Amino acid sequence: MIYAIIGLIFGIVGGVLTPGFIPKIYAPYFSVALMAGLDTAFGGLRAAMEGDYDNLVFISGFVVNILLSVFFCYAGIKMDIDFYLIVILVLGMRIFNNLAIIRRLYLKK
Amino acid sequence: MMTVKNKHTRILIFLVCIILGYMITMQLRSHNQYQNLAIQRAEDLTVRLKEVQADRDKLTKELDEYRAGRIYGAAQKEMDDLKARAGETEMEGKGIVFTLDDSKQAAKTGENKNLYIIHDEDLLRVVNELRAAGAEAISLNGQRLIGSSEIRCVGPTVLVNESRLAAPFVILAIGNPQTLESSLKLRGGVIENFKFWGIRADVVQSDKVRVPAFKGKRTFEFAKTVAEEEKKEAGQTATDTKGAEENKAAADAGKSADQQQASQKNAGGAQ
Repeated sequence: MIYAIIGLIFGIVGGVLTPGFIPKIYAPYFSVALMAGLDTAFGGLRAAMEGDYDNLVFISGFVVNILLSVFFCYAGIKMDIDFYLIVILVLGMRIFNNLAIIRRLYLKK
Repeated sequence: MMTVKNKHTRILIFLVCIILGYMITMQLRSHNQYQNLAIQRAEDLTVRLKEVQADRDKLTKELDEYRAGRIYGAAQKEMDDLKARAGETEMEGKGIVFTLDDSKQAAKTGENKNLYIIHDEDLLRVVNELRAAGAEAISLNGQRLIGSSEIRCVGPTVLVNESRLAAPFVILAIGNPQTLESSLKLRGGVIENFKFWGIRADVVQSDKVRVPAFKGKRTFEFAKTVAEEEKKEAGQTATDTKGAEENKAAADAGKSADQQQASQKNAGGAQ
């Protein structure tokens, strides 16, 4: 757990120190990617709590989820359909779902 | 809490968390940046708008000045020109002074006394002759003759510009003095005609003839100005009929003038 917190702090510091910002046109992709990343992170946390955590599943989920969500977002923009809303909705639901399970598991202990 | 089993997992979680933290920070910063950008853009646009508005106001003012200056000048010139042509201004220039007085000859018995006095007809002939000779401004006993001026017999006097005039008549005409005089002194012309009846006609060339301005009133009661566009629409046919009407009106006027003629003097003169 300590690694996760240290990692987050490192990331935040790195983000603060990085100059510039994401261009406006890439904002939807980035937000979707962030949601996918959070979803995978919480999914990993839940898996770890359930005891079936797997390195490969976690990292592949992290990368593939991010790429897929970005691809969906891109396709949606190309087709003029707000796919990125759907992606965010689904990912948000999953995050809540995972959080709910984590909460229950935590409470069961 | 969960326990991290091995080194790989720790590193993995560490990396993922770094990425997540980085992404979260970037997202937050970018979001703020967008807002700032929007505000900045709005500010930029406001400044620019103010600049452009100031420019516009300046240019509008400038344009107004130019327009006022130019159009005022042009309009003033045109107005002066039109006034002069309409007889609204006193005119001065080379010309002639033509004096006419009733005949002092005693009428022979049996002859019409009217033949020996000046009539509207005579004055009209003189004026017509002067106009034909290029007179630019004519006045009759201080009455400026303009397009609507009438010369009409009313009893013993002549009505010009709605004022009654009596002999002697002094006609002032601005134009080439030589031409004007010759036109009156033509063989068989007006002066010869007057001489026959003993009407005293006296032409004096002058370097400085002062013709007064038209003092009467002129208002349009029936006539209306035709707008430029209507004129174009009306086309050729309309102008034709108008011309015909004018001719008819002129003919009628001529007829009535003939009827009003009190003397056969001209006929006598021609004999």
